[in-house]
Amino acid sequence: MLAIDQATLHKLYHTMVRIRLFEQRIMELFQQGRLPGFLHVSIGQEAVPTGVCAHLRSNDYISSTHRGHGDVIAKGARLDRMMAELYGKKTGYCKGKGGSMHIADLELGILGANGIVGAGIPIATGTALAFKMRRTDQVAVCFFGDGGANTGAFHEGLNLASVWNLPVVFVCQNNQYAESTPQRVHQKIKDIAVRAMAYDIPGETVDGMDVLEVYRVAGDAVARARAGGGPTLVECKTYRFYGHYVGDPGTAYRRPEEVEEWKQRDPIATFARRLLAEGVTTAAELKAIEEAVQQELEAAIRFAETSPEPDLEDALQDIYAS
Amino acid sequence: MRQISYRQALQEALREEMQRDDSVFLLGEDIAEFGGSYKVTAGLLEEFGPERVRNTPISEAAIVGAALGASLVGMRPVAELMYVDFSAIAMDQIVNQVAKVRYMFGGKAKASLVIRTQGGAGRSSAAQHAQSLEAWFVHIPGLKVVQPSTPYDAKGLLKAAIRDDNPVMFLEHKLLYPVQGPVPEGEYLIPLGQADVKRPGSDITVVATSRMVHRALAAAETLAPEGIDVEVIDPRTLNPLDEETILASVRKTQHLVVVYEAYERCGIGAEIAALVANQAIDFLDAPIERVAALNTPVPFNPKLENYVIPNEERIIAGIKRVLGITDSADA
Repeated sequence: MLAIDQATLHKLYHTMVRIRLFEQRIMELFQQGRLPGFLHVSIGQEAVPTGVCAHLRSNDYISSTHRGHGDVIAKGARLDRMMAELYGKKTGYCKGKGGSMHIADLELGILGANGIVGAGIPIATGTALAFKMRRTDQVAVCFFGDGGANTGAFHEGLNLASVWNLPVVFVCQNNQYAESTPQRVHQKIKDIAVRAMAYDIPGETVDGMDVLEVYRVAGDAVARARAGGGPTLVECKTYRFYGHYVGDPGTAYRRPEEVEEWKQRDPIATFARRLLAEGVTTAAELKAIEEAVQQELEAAIRFAETSPEPDLEDALQDIYAS
Repeated sequence: MRQISYRQALQEALREEMQRDDSVFLLGEDIAEFGGSYKVTAGLLEEFGPERVRNTPISEAAIVGAALGASLVGMRPVAELMYVDFSAIAMDQIVNQVAKVRYMFGGKAKASLVIRTQGGAGRSSAAQHAQSLEAWFVHIPGLKVVQPSTPYDAKGLLKAAIRDDNPVMFLEHKLLYPVQGPVPEGEYLIPLGQADVKRPGSDITVVATSRMVHRALAAAETLAPEGIDVEVIDPRTLNPLDEETILASVRKTQHLVVVYEAYERCGIGAEIAALVANQAIDFLDAPIERVAALNTPVPFNPKLENYVIPNEERIIAGIKRVLGITDSADA
């Protein structure tokens, strides 16, 4: 671990805390009835987008899922414009017209969260195609879950990316459940990374609760893609501490003991303990990071709450490019 | 003016746009050495190379999704779906992704792709290879839908579609590929959203699409000696629809028949009929008639296929019904 510089280690911690505190706060706001629609939070899974996106430049691109807040924050999204989008305000990333599942900012290299499971896979493949055709060394990263790995789009996308040798990294956030269906019920294989063999690309299974493991393996995969070595399938075994959506207790399909076991492996708490134990940081520094994020979050909420709603006529804007 | 085929007109459009803009590239099944199953892309591999004329696996969802992903970072792909019937496999990407990405992202994304495909019956290609599915796409906000009927329209509209920053479903007809028509040398574009009066007339408006334009024109020629003067309007673009050209015609003729090769139920003719009924009811002297394919899968047997899709006889019968002409010779 000490091969990684302090600034990077701090940044990894900071990103995970930003994701965690954002997700916790929006859960509260949602339960208070202040946010329309529904939310899918990624609490517990923070290490995955954090470890992956730490290797990405601003002009690399990611595609994400319905549970995409963490991915989007890790790629550099601002909390205030995300919050405004969740409130449905005009100042949100999508002018209030996309909502939680469609947060996007192409300028930040975010091809969007996506409400259709697996749909981001062919899209990220196409973005990687453009990079290869233009001979840049940009990389596309595609996030999807264990459920998404069963879609036709997964097969078609990985097959196309492999045969065309495209600069895309496929990151499976295997949180063991596709909505309420456990992995052992929705696929026969245990490790999704074995599917890489079907496309003759490298596949790696990683402990997705260990941000440094994710960082290490993702680093290799991103470097491989950047150097023209083609796609990799990286499976990160992780867990969401809450239900499928905010309001789903998850108890219909998960035993509390299992949730407890995974909570003991909280990626942020375990990383903090390591940083402290190795003398990389102090408790005061970690607290300062948290407090700064809390302030950023409260400012984001104020921004969202005081921002205007879109006008009714905005419903008819942006359907077509003029 | 020179006469070239619809197929050649499309090929010229692709060639010219690829020469003009190197962000334009092609992807689809068998479009490279084979030149496409309807030979529209023949010769383009030799001219532009395998980077820009890409054979794909049989993966319609990935073909469309990859075209979208490339367009979001500035490319202008032209994806080919071999048969419109296969678009069903790509429907999530077309309907939920391509059509909606710009809107859902608050206007920032540019889905600058064209999806070329072909449909239509008349060669006994049977139920899964003979459909006209334009209504599916016209129904979805965010997609432009073009259905050219002549070589001239095909070339001008395809060039315009490629330059359009919006996603365009470009629906060709398999029986129109060999059809010849006048096409000027030199550059021209046809704006999307502009209908064409293919035959001016005064007694009745017949709005027809794709191959049915030719059948409607044939019907018009057959009826002319009987003193029935048919105006044939080809919308060319189904979405955005040139409503005013259609409405102006109906105000003039007071009678409307819509002819389309898709299944009658909820087809494009239903939309046009509703539009006219809503906005020009005072001008109509008779109910609107739709002449379309029967609501059945397209049969294999050639006689059955001809029975099911609209032919000149049915168009003439529809026109006469709307005009209130009973003719014992046509019993």
